[in-house]
Amino acid sequence: MAESASPSHGFPGRLLVFEGLDGSGKSTQAALLGKWLSSRGYRVFFTEWNSSELVANVIRRGKKKGLLTPTTFSLLHATDFADRFDRQILPPLRAGYLVVCDRYVYTAFVRDAARGCDPNWVRTIYSFAPRPDRAYYFRVPVSVTLKRKLASRLKINYYEAGMDLGLSDEVNESYMKFQSRLKREYDRIAQTDNFTIVDSTRAVEAIQADLRANLQPLLQNFPTGADLMHDG
Amino acid sequence: MTGRTYGTRPPGMPRETLRGRLIIIEGADGSGRTTEVTLLKEWLEIEGHAVVDTGLRRSDLVSNEIDRAKQGHTLGATTMALLYSADFADQLENKMIPALAAGATVLADRYIYTLMARAIARGASREWARELYAFALRPDLILFLDARPEILLHRAIARYGSLDFWESGMDLCLSRDLFESFFLYQALLSKEFDWMAKQYGFERVDANRTAEQVHAEVQRLVSPLYRTRAKEPGLGGVTATPVSRDRRPAASG
Repeated sequence: MAESASPSHGFPGRLLVFEGLDGSGKSTQAALLGKWLSSRGYRVFFTEWNSSELVANVIRRGKKKGLLTPTTFSLLHATDFADRFDRQILPPLRAGYLVVCDRYVYTAFVRDAARGCDPNWVRTIYSFAPRPDRAYYFRVPVSVTLKRKLASRLKINYYEAGMDLGLSDEVNESYMKFQSRLKREYDRIAQTDNFTIVDSTRAVEAIQADLRANLQPLLQNFPTGADLMHDG
Repeated sequence: MTGRTYGTRPPGMPRETLRGRLIIIEGADGSGRTTEVTLLKEWLEIEGHAVVDTGLRRSDLVSNEIDRAKQGHTLGATTMALLYSADFADQLENKMIPALAAGATVLADRYIYTLMARAIARGASREWARELYAFALRPDLILFLDARPEILLHRAIARYGSLDFWESGMDLCLSRDLFESFFLYQALLSKEFDWMAKQYGFERVDANRTAEQVHAEVQRLVSPLYRTRAKEPGLGGVTATPVSRDRRPAASG
């Protein structure tokens, strides 16, 4: 695999993105990969995109009053992402870290498309976010994610199940339908956005080994923490 | 023509032509905007039109968050621009569109143009700002109250005794001097309003004059919107055929 010496974003760090449905195993893999990279002496910054307090508060209020629409929902999440990008992603990227993102703009692309927003409009809004050096897409059947979800005994939340779309009155059924839409979108953009597709139905160890091997070319000549802190 | 957006159609927006009129009043603080909104609303109501007035940062959804962000001013320029756009989208979908669908005139004290100018002055590209607001409805009339910065300054001092931190663009670090920053910031906004005036077809109103003179000109510009009944759907019509942009009388006439 030919690896360009300098990334398209032009920052000294590298941006590694983990995408996939809830319960696809991406967070587990991202955490393991981060551990391994740290143990090899690299400076690693780990960040995940879950709803911040700001957005969570607004969404709670909006839901109570029935005010949220796909457009406001989309713009609120974009606000949240922009804030995270400024605070958590850009600084370590500029400082030369390996930045591991559990969810990135693609989560917004698929979620907003599933709610009927114009995909080109959504992409323009997020155009301030650079293309990552690697985007791993953890691909699993929706039925597997639901099984994991139910086993974890975490309550499926209203928006995660896409209940606002009126796909079904029954939470599990709505979840299946909505997550299937998300999966279709992920599958659709996998080509155009240059995803590295990971078959996430396999054993954790096998997937992790593949990820490490896939990352090797990118790490060649990439400075470790010691290299960054002092010469020689 | 109301019912068409600048680009993308927000999901869930009604497909039929909106019967009401959308009138925008734009202009800097001190341009007499708020006074004119009051006068225009009064006049339109006397003429027999239902009027819903709206402004920026009045939605129930995120106004608290905007106030908090301004107090600490810790949010980046892109983040602020997006937060404002969410607030605008909320008002558009939950307030303006229902009012227009019911046939009311919506009178907006500022619209996407102020939000775009502010975002661009803070580093956003024109392209990005224009695309961000592509879901906004095209108004029937955009009145831009244009006043010289010196006049804006005198009106601000006369009313508040000082200049506002945000209206002076102090967060941009253009100058540490409030007055100097005010003039530099107003010049930046003015440049963007000039560009948008052409792009979006503003009606420029000389706002260096008295409120009465401004109102007389505004009345003259607003009147033609109500001269035609072309926007009324035919009796018994379930879905109105979109009315073409030229103001032909209704076929039933």
